[in-house]
Amino acid sequence: MADHLLGPLEFGFMQRGLLASVLVAVICGLLGSFVVLKGLAFIGDALAHASFGGVALAFVLGINIYLGAFVFAIATALGIGAISRRGRVSSDTAIGVLFSGTFALGILVISRVDSYTTDLFGYLFGDVLSITERDLWTIGALGLVVLALVSVFYRQLLFAAFDPTVAAASGIPARRLEYLLLALLGVTIVTAIQAVGIVMVVALLVTPSATAYLFTRRFHHMILVSMAIGSLSALLGIYLSYYLDVASGAAIILVATALFFIALAVTGRGRRLSEKAEHSSGVT
Amino acid sequence: MKKAIEIRDLSVAYDRRPVVEDVTLSIPSEAMVGIVGPNGGGKSTLLKALLGLVTKIRGEVEVLGRPVDRRVLRLVGYVPQREDVDWNFPVSAFDVVMMGRVPSMKLLRRPTARDKELVWEALKTVGMEKHADTRIGEFSGGQQQRVFLARALAQEAEVLLLDEPVSGVDAPSQHEIFDLLRRLQGAGKTVIVTTHDLSCVAERFDLALLLNRRVVAFGRPEEVFTPELLNETYQSHLMVLKVGERTVALEDRGQGG
Repeated sequence: MADHLLGPLEFGFMQRGLLASVLVAVICGLLGSFVVLKGLAFIGDALAHASFGGVALAFVLGINIYLGAFVFAIATALGIGAISRRGRVSSDTAIGVLFSGTFALGILVISRVDSYTTDLFGYLFGDVLSITERDLWTIGALGLVVLALVSVFYRQLLFAAFDPTVAAASGIPARRLEYLLLALLGVTIVTAIQAVGIVMVVALLVTPSATAYLFTRRFHHMILVSMAIGSLSALLGIYLSYYLDVASGAAIILVATALFFIALAVTGRGRRLSEKAEHSSGVT
Repeated sequence: MKKAIEIRDLSVAYDRRPVVEDVTLSIPSEAMVGIVGPNGGGKSTLLKALLGLVTKIRGEVEVLGRPVDRRVLRLVGYVPQREDVDWNFPVSAFDVVMMGRVPSMKLLRRPTARDKELVWEALKTVGMEKHADTRIGEFSGGQQQRVFLARALAQEAEVLLLDEPVSGVDAPSQHEIFDLLRRLQGAGKTVIVTTHDLSCVAERFDLALLLNRRVVAFGRPEEVFTPELLNETYQSHLMVLKVGERTVALEDRGQGG
């Protein structure tokens, strides 16, 4: 048993992969709780896809991939807010237009540089075992930023998420907090794209938090439990991928999905999560 | 007498459709005011205008003698309509009431002993201290309203604005809530409530505001609840019957409730 657990850790890439995916799962658990309760799953998925345009451009231009992804994610978040605020199209429509557009830009760029496509596909579907030490430092630093900002604004964010009207009415800057939440969502997604891939980031954001929601009664418990479930999924997923020789990102997500269904069966009370997801919207 | 609310020439529109027009109004402090009128008559919008939540076309609003800004807003407690709140959120009654302390808390600070004391005191005032740890979604409509009122109290609000606090609440709880508001008024709060319950306003409130986009009448209920003024307020949506000495008003609530 101990051999099975410790054996893979002899490899540096496995150590880095494990560390990175647990870090990412912790950050995703933190933001994911807001995403699940505010119905931000669709916008989260959109920001992830949009960041691919930035990843591809940065890759070609030889600049930091995370920077490119972050710039695209934030620009898309602000763009969605700006377009839907004018009221001419709904925020769902604005999200649909912008994320497919920026994603297509990414595909267009990589179709011109076919020699690198295997590396870039790592960003699409996740390749946690190729994470370098420098990636690890970037993920750690971004994670610290997210953690610090959520800690500083925790009570205000909670108030504004639960009851935005009354929060605004009592003098809390609810609108600015909503933008902060979107920016943090962008940063979180950027940290996660290499671990689980752009296509599956939203699952790591939503699934562990949805599982935690099923059996917690207080918001901070939900955050802690979803961090734990995410980390467990990451650990199990990576070992699975090592021993079964399957894609790490997909293995992590499937473990998280399995845990969700187990929790659903065990708790047996289907609170209306699907309804929230349908009301997903951005800054309006 | 000191003024709690002073409104001059206020107009608010959504999409250029006027919802509140030319409202000029002065509400004394420590009054208990019922705002009545038909659906779409601007009751909720008027409350939101007091809180700076809607953009006014023109006019001025002063709360406690000062223009509405973040500092003044801390002294105004708002209890929104029940439909505006996400009841599936994993927060306890205690968590919700503690939110009332957030506007005056410094960033990064944990709640002080005084914050906690105010929260417990507010929960006791509304009779919910035994349910502090219960998740908000598990309460009845009346209990949810009392928790939200407790949040406004924990905020140390001087002026309480309640938007339809008794809609969807059973009759005994309605009476409890109005009794509670009466006690709070006695303790020095100014209480402003939108409601469809005319009889309750007639029995328990000092002042009634008849609102249908414009102010139809504002005064003591026994003065303004006349068949003529009620008909003017509700137009075809209200039947006013004279039964012996008493006036009975029947509201056609349509689908809105």
